[in-house]
Amino acid sequence: MKKDQVIPIRPEPGSELPPAQLTAVRAALAQQQHRPGALLPVLHAVQDALGYVPAEAVPLIAWELNLSRAEVHGVISFYHYFRQEKPGRHVLQLCRAEACQAVCGATLEAHAQQCLGVGFHGTTADGALTLEPVYCLGNCALGPSVMIDGELRGRVSPERFDHIVAQARQTP
Amino acid sequence: MQSIAEHDYGTPPPRWVNIGQSSSSAAAEAPLVSLNIDGVEVSVPQGTSVLRAAALNGINIPKLCATDQLDAFGSCRLCLVQIEGMKGYPASCTTPVAPGMKVTTQNDKLAALRRGVMELYISDHPLDCLTCPANGHCELQDMAGAVGLREVRYGYEGDNHVYAKLADGSVNARFVAKDESNPYFTFDPSKCIVCSRCVRACDEQQGTLALSIQGRGFDSKVSPSQNESFLDSECVSCGACVQACPTATLSENTLIAKGQAEHSIVTTCAYCGVGCSFRAEMKGEEVVRMVPDKDGQANHGHSCVKGRFAIGYATHPDRITKPMIRARTSDPWREVSWEEAIAYAASEFKRIQSRYGKGAIGGITSSRCSNEETYLVQKLVRAGFGNNNVDTCARVCHSPTGYGLRQTLGESAGTQNFDSVLQADVIMVIGANPTDGHPVFASLMKRRLREGAQLIVADPRRIDLVRSPHIEAAHHLKLKPGTNVALVNSLAHVIVTEGLVNEAFVRERCEQPAFEKWRKFVADARHAPEAMEAVTGVPAAELRAAARLYATGGNAAIYYGLGVTEHSQGSTMVMGIANLAMATGNIGREGVGVNPLRGQNNVQGSCDMGSFPHEFPGYRHVADEATRTQFEKAWGVSLLAEPGLRIPNMFESALDGDFKGLYIEGEDIAQSDPNTQHVTAALNAMECVVVQDLFLNESAKFAHVFLPGSSFLEKDGTFTNAERRIARVRRVMKPKAGYADWEITQLLANAMGYAMNYRHPSEIMDEIAALTPTFQGVSYARLDEMGSIQWPCNEQQPQGTPTMHVGEFVRGKGRFMITEYVPTHEKVNTRYPLILTTGRILSQYNVGAQTRRTENVAWHHEDRLEIHPSDAEARGIVENDWVGIASRAGETVLRAHLTDRVQPGVVYTTFHFPESGANVITTDNSDWATNCPEYKVTAVQVTRVSQPSQWQQRYRQFSERQAELLQARDSAVK
Repeated sequence: MKKDQVIPIRPEPGSELPPAQLTAVRAALAQQQHRPGALLPVLHAVQDALGYVPAEAVPLIAWELNLSRAEVHGVISFYHYFRQEKPGRHVLQLCRAEACQAVCGATLEAHAQQCLGVGFHGTTADGALTLEPVYCLGNCALGPSVMIDGELRGRVSPERFDHIVAQARQTP
Repeated sequence: MQSIAEHDYGTPPPRWVNIGQSSSSAAAEAPLVSLNIDGVEVSVPQGTSVLRAAALNGINIPKLCATDQLDAFGSCRLCLVQIEGMKGYPASCTTPVAPGMKVTTQNDKLAALRRGVMELYISDHPLDCLTCPANGHCELQDMAGAVGLREVRYGYEGDNHVYAKLADGSVNARFVAKDESNPYFTFDPSKCIVCSRCVRACDEQQGTLALSIQGRGFDSKVSPSQNESFLDSECVSCGACVQACPTATLSENTLIAKGQAEHSIVTTCAYCGVGCSFRAEMKGEEVVRMVPDKDGQANHGHSCVKGRFAIGYATHPDRITKPMIRARTSDPWREVSWEEAIAYAASEFKRIQSRYGKGAIGGITSSRCSNEETYLVQKLVRAGFGNNNVDTCARVCHSPTGYGLRQTLGESAGTQNFDSVLQADVIMVIGANPTDGHPVFASLMKRRLREGAQLIVADPRRIDLVRSPHIEAAHHLKLKPGTNVALVNSLAHVIVTEGLVNEAFVRERCEQPAFEKWRKFVADARHAPEAMEAVTGVPAAELRAAARLYATGGNAAIYYGLGVTEHSQGSTMVMGIANLAMATGNIGREGVGVNPLRGQNNVQGSCDMGSFPHEFPGYRHVADEATRTQFEKAWGVSLLAEPGLRIPNMFESALDGDFKGLYIEGEDIAQSDPNTQHVTAALNAMECVVVQDLFLNESAKFAHVFLPGSSFLEKDGTFTNAERRIARVRRVMKPKAGYADWEITQLLANAMGYAMNYRHPSEIMDEIAALTPTFQGVSYARLDEMGSIQWPCNEQQPQGTPTMHVGEFVRGKGRFMITEYVPTHEKVNTRYPLILTTGRILSQYNVGAQTRRTENVAWHHEDRLEIHPSDAEARGIVENDWVGIASRAGETVLRAHLTDRVQPGVVYTTFHFPESGANVITTDNSDWATNCPEYKVTAVQVTRVSQPSQWQQRYRQFSERQAELLQARDSAVK
């Protein structure tokens, strides 16, 4: 048995989080953990605060909700909505559902990936934008649709898309 | 991979809860349901699945995600059937039987569906069957055969998890390489069919929930914790997932290395007091793997990392396989023949007896020996040595249990079987750490807790049970070490003064005067939780709530461990626990009771077999004329009516120069007994120490004769577990040193001039049965027939006794005992301001002689001192610092681990490594009634240090010297 194969004593839950993140995760827990089935609300609150659910937050969430780390990880990885990596400053969700595809959604998709230089789930080199696919924003009459930082935009042509991106790049 | 010898019925039997039943739950009766499967009329218990009903009647419906160890899941879609009047193709695993149901399990349509399903599975599975470890026992392969899969139309070029590279040569991002981090098994995700059996085994069976399916759809993958390696994850390596896996995705490394076993032998684990039944899967005389036995009545097919995997010690090169002798302990060892070694030991013992008197020698047996071996050792001492100087290591663990339960209930044993916990509504765990010490029983307990039973934990330390996934104690009574009796008196005070006594039970079942006396005693205001708060450190409100819950929460069961017994008032505490159970009527039926969790595999058995100096087998005092006459007649010698020396008395006597010779079988007193320096001084003062063991253990370093023993794999016998269950140990290979331990004792007896002529351990058991009323109905033939038997087994209870004290206590009326709290002499002061308490850890076992010689060191390779961060800060101690721990008895050095598991003022360590010297610090204090040492309370000071303690330096030098003396043994014997 190699010495380095010996498992170290696990750090206390949450001790690997930077202080600011720890505060945010603790706040999310304090706010949500007493609800029945608290895991999803807690994960939402953490992602709302930090933009993602850091792996280092999982032990603390698991400990506080009396779940195993595996269970929390299973839930986070099951829902594409939950991000495990830090996103860009802005998150741009592009609808890939049928109604948007019927009105040239695929063209917009190709344009978006080309002009941002990233694939889905990627973040632009300048850290400004993360591009994510979404399956229906409920805006089918006005497709193709995107959502930027939670704000819905309809009838998005490539030009309109560039405009949205340019605006986002200018804001912090 | 499942056992090669077992049939899988697809889903578990329906669980019928018969609350209040006095017999075992296994005998529960359910109404039968009749249905028709493939034209055959069958009857099965209500609640059975169609899949199981078919399997019970020899109709095997194809299945992959179903196994009778786990609840039905319904994901693989192979076990589809057609049921008349039902739409579509229901999964037979999730469909319960109904009266008059007509089921078709095979037709063209079903065949086509199943073939289609299998085709999809195989399209993302490697086709390396011939070189695959599961080959010969792969369920996926079997199902491909069963459904007649002949082609896979989808090809292998597309998206897959199978190949590291894609068809175009690029890296396949979906491919995940093997995880070989766990020393015992390999995880190969490329072979995974995502049936979730491993995940469910970890959730349902083990209750650790270390596995999860990560992602969804084609991304789905089994993930240990946060997609880590198994070793880094929350996995406790119990092996349940490996057993559940239908493919080679999770395979034992020994299976990968050796291939399929060719035969399987049922035996009993030699680790803790749970006594799990295992199937040793063998290739000739070589163990391929140990698989927990689904028919095992103690473990029901579950296991832990020790019993399942840690058997490497049995073939470890440290095993000594030739007898050795030496005149002085400073001499090199000399390998000799068995004849010479036995003759030398016998002549030395005879010489000592003629010079110093008959009582100058004695024997120590062990809870790790079989019943038959222990019986023979005490017989050798009583009949062969002609004195009663025999004791066992239960002296230092559960002797107070024997005494306390006998005084109150009338029998020195736990009252329930393990399955009883499934009917408990309130579980109180006192001074025990089941998830580490008794992991398989802990899994059963956790299953019940997840079902909603309430938990009370009384422990100075936050053990895992207090809070772990899906488990949370309603009350954690975090008492100060050494105040158990104060705590139990307070609990009793609340029960008595708040009118929670089960008056009807007490009136009918218990001695009235003793009860009235006890009621008056505990009702005294000095026992009130408020008055005792300062002593125990437990908030009065918390204690009151716990007492109310225990008394009124339904079936309440107490489980306790060495945290109860290893105190100066161990016996008092055991009686206090029995008082509680009697006062609330929580005894004499299923789901309740007083249950000692025995540390070692055969603590119960070694006590039963009369290995205490004052008792013959069956707990009958040596002074009892009738019993003694019976044994004198059977053994053909006259026996002493006076009890002999207990282990601590032997040491005292040795230091006084009166006790000169000791035969130690399977026990390591130099490591496991308290105040090591005192023990070793006593051993040094003896003229002939004979050690019979697998290894040159700590005690053997002080020995003159070493007799190489045999492991549990090398002999026949029986172990008796914590639920009084007698189970067979079966020989799967011949003894490495030539003799099984019972044969060695017999050789010694014959050489001493007392004739023993057993040809097989079954003959020893027959003698035990003939001489011991509680074992009357036990024989190897009946054990083979019934699997195991819980004593008492006699004319009144021919099937054994799962639950004791039903209707009437063994002693007639239950007797309440007065339990006055007397604080221990071991007090903290400015010089020794902290209390040290000790315990054990999952991966290691007792003195570690076995587990330290296995890969289990990956989980725990050194003993650490747990210290609360505030105590550490006051002493300038940070994580990993070397710290000296000094007590009135001695000093040792360990590395510190800062944790709030321990409370301020208390430090904690394990004692698995001899160089840790945990027992160098523990003192001579002991239980007033039984001399059980007070391991759990030692006043200490802890300081930062830069070098090992003086004792450790001496120990190291001495051990190195003894290793040289072992190396120097000449191999004169050919």
